[in-house]
Amino acid sequence: MQTVWFIFIAFILTMYVLLDGFDLGAGAIYPFVTKDDRERRAVQRAILPLWDGNETWLVAAGGGLFLSFPLLYSVSLSGFYLAVFVVLWLLILRGIGLEMRGLLDNDLWRSFWDGVFFIGSLPLPFFFGVALANVMRGVPIGQDGSYFFQALWTDPLHPLSKNPGILDWYTVMIGLLALCAVILHGTTYLTMKTTGGLRNSSRIFAGAFWVATVGLTALATPLTFYLLPQRLSHFESAPWGFVFPAVAIGGILTVGYALMKGRDGLSFGGSCAYIVGMMSSTAFAIYPKVLPAVDPSRSLTIYNASAPHHSLVVGLIAWGLGLLLACAYFAIIYRMFRGRVEV
Amino acid sequence: MNAVLMGLQPVLALQDAGNTVLLHRWQFGFNLIYHYLYPQLTMGLVLLIVVLETLYLRRGHEFYKKAADFWVRIFAPAFVIGAVTGIPLEFGFGTNWAVFSTVSGGVIGQTVALEGVFAFFVESAFLGLYLYGGDAFGKRVRWFSAFMVFLGSWASGYFILTVNAWMQNPVSYRTLPDGNLAIVHFWKLLLNPWVFHQYIHVMGGAVVTGSFAMAGIGAFYLLTRREVQFGRLFVTVGVIFGLASSLWMIYPSGDMESAALAEKQPIKLAAAEGLFHTEKGASLTFIGQPNLQTMQIDNPIELPKILSFLSYRSFEATVKGLEAFPRSLWPNVPLTYYSYHIMVGLGTIFAAVMLLAALMLWRGWLFRSRRMLWLLLLIMPFPFITNTVGWIVTEVGRQPWIVYGVMKTSEGASHLVNAGNVYFTIVGLAGLFLLLSVLYVIVVLKEVYEGPEGPVDEDLEKLEAEIQGILPGQRPARDVVRERR
Repeated sequence: MQTVWFIFIAFILTMYVLLDGFDLGAGAIYPFVTKDDRERRAVQRAILPLWDGNETWLVAAGGGLFLSFPLLYSVSLSGFYLAVFVVLWLLILRGIGLEMRGLLDNDLWRSFWDGVFFIGSLPLPFFFGVALANVMRGVPIGQDGSYFFQALWTDPLHPLSKNPGILDWYTVMIGLLALCAVILHGTTYLTMKTTGGLRNSSRIFAGAFWVATVGLTALATPLTFYLLPQRLSHFESAPWGFVFPAVAIGGILTVGYALMKGRDGLSFGGSCAYIVGMMSSTAFAIYPKVLPAVDPSRSLTIYNASAPHHSLVVGLIAWGLGLLLACAYFAIIYRMFRGRVEV
Repeated sequence: MNAVLMGLQPVLALQDAGNTVLLHRWQFGFNLIYHYLYPQLTMGLVLLIVVLETLYLRRGHEFYKKAADFWVRIFAPAFVIGAVTGIPLEFGFGTNWAVFSTVSGGVIGQTVALEGVFAFFVESAFLGLYLYGGDAFGKRVRWFSAFMVFLGSWASGYFILTVNAWMQNPVSYRTLPDGNLAIVHFWKLLLNPWVFHQYIHVMGGAVVTGSFAMAGIGAFYLLTRREVQFGRLFVTVGVIFGLASSLWMIYPSGDMESAALAEKQPIKLAAAEGLFHTEKGASLTFIGQPNLQTMQIDNPIELPKILSFLSYRSFEATVKGLEAFPRSLWPNVPLTYYSYHIMVGLGTIFAAVMLLAALMLWRGWLFRSRRMLWLLLLIMPFPFITNTVGWIVTEVGRQPWIVYGVMKTSEGASHLVNAGNVYFTIVGLAGLFLLLSVLYVIVVLKEVYEGPEGPVDEDLEKLEAEIQGILPGQRPARDVVRERR
């Protein structure tokens, strides 16, 4: 049952990155791909009806974690206190920037909110990547109780110290990888959703960020296993898990091929596969832990962090139903807003 | 300089480890109070928007569509601000109340999670459809998506209130060997008897806010003699719903709330009423200041025996006063007392004003009475105050418990998050919220100033007849139009 919930939560988080990823990525790059207000408005139109629903997956992930692994929920949120609040502030700024922009017909007003939206979007994927890297690396869970508290940085050059901060060279590298991957996701989305000059410049940027993503992936993967050889153990004991990294590699290669051939839908699909592959590889690598600790004996696993069995069963029934419904109406809404946005 | 430092003393003292809990409470309370200014407006307005959309669907007149569009432009930014300020609250359970979340996650995690999948998904997805696809997909899709936003946001309120109701009246849980709590019956959590009266009271309060806003802005248009037709429609709908909801707040829902307090949380009731001593045939205090030194209300104005009757349906019933409970279990008495009295006092004024307005509407005098229209305009902000102090009674009155009778607030906070970090995040949130408030006020002023887009190429006579048709007390005018044909 705990494993089912682990997969469930991983699924929700992956959905969040897939869906909110493209509007975050579009937000993080859009001052550069657009050349005038008309194009900026087209970018906005491509994401406005969808972003709020996309962000809801994050809220759902929070609720799901609270339900299934309450200890993980409280330990990680209070431990990453500062980073969580920075993320929350950025989420607030970004949502407001998007929605306020169109409310007054004034150039100064619009430029201001364009800036707010950009500043709110750009650091978010970076911080999500940093969070994931912290989980991969392990956190300093203390011996009394199970809580910890991490400062933003303690010793940025030594990620494996006894009391690591949130930022060090390893987590920053993964953060940059996440940022590039999300921007690639956003630019392929824009390539697929827009026309004319906007589509062309999105394609060029997609190409650039494809190179960056490939480069950073090639750099980060061996470094991860050099730094954290223990994360390979689950792959060694269950070799079928190599399917997940294979999906990621296949995805990123597809993006490159499709960008070259100008097949917009396929490039976005490839980017989706890359994200799914990377997320599931990470989840597979840490399983059955949910929050590895610096001292491995104190790690939170799906067993010691989970809610009581009865809660999990009841929650699975109610929540599974809700999630099916959510997927259904998301399918409907996305279908209704399909097609390209005219510039 | 020294005087300034002396003045700061109480604030600086809060950096002691023992007082960090108070900072956590300030942060959560501040975030909650600010957040709830928006949902109370949107949950009320969305009902009225569905009413306008229904009129559009049934009568097919562009007038109603434009009226709904106008209110959607007020609604949408408030909805977004409500959503983004609610996210720190959901995560606040984990960031600031880590121990509480660990212990009770096995129970309330259920409904927190359900709010996400059942309610929040529905409202966000369909709001996108309503806002950006409303015209493209036709009348029915428009109505349906508005209705789904209504359903989603009211369901959202329900799930959140089941969490709060469990904290007020914990049901259906058992303690595990490791000290954490586990749920016993899921449906008992959803059907907690506390949810029922709390839900109808809170949602009634939201409708009060929404309908007072509609009536007030309608009154503004009538007073400035702009958009007169829209002004009449808004005042009419606002007054009808404002009367119904403000009466509803007093009876039955408010009455049920106080009866439940008498039964389950007598300390909160005693603090709210300012009752220091246990009395048989206790009197109801209207005005007076609670004095904790002398344990009495200074210069009281009271109605004898009414409190006993309201709480236990008998004039001679005994009501327990604060002295019957250990002092360590008292909430902040003056804060609870004043919040409660402001809530009840303003609530009574609302009902009286709306009763008068409805009477004038029925007699056909309302649109000409500038005094009454001024009153409707000026009273518009007060429901926000009333709902806020209502929540203060509920939450401050529950202290020192975070889960009533089960867990103390001081035991629930994140003990590794120190005061400096909480100061930092309070200041950050305060700055952001200030920005949001300024923005929202700018947006509303601009929308109200520009007004709803008037009907352009419509048959004005038919329109006049329809507007007359929905206004009570104006029926004869409608007949005149009919005869002329």
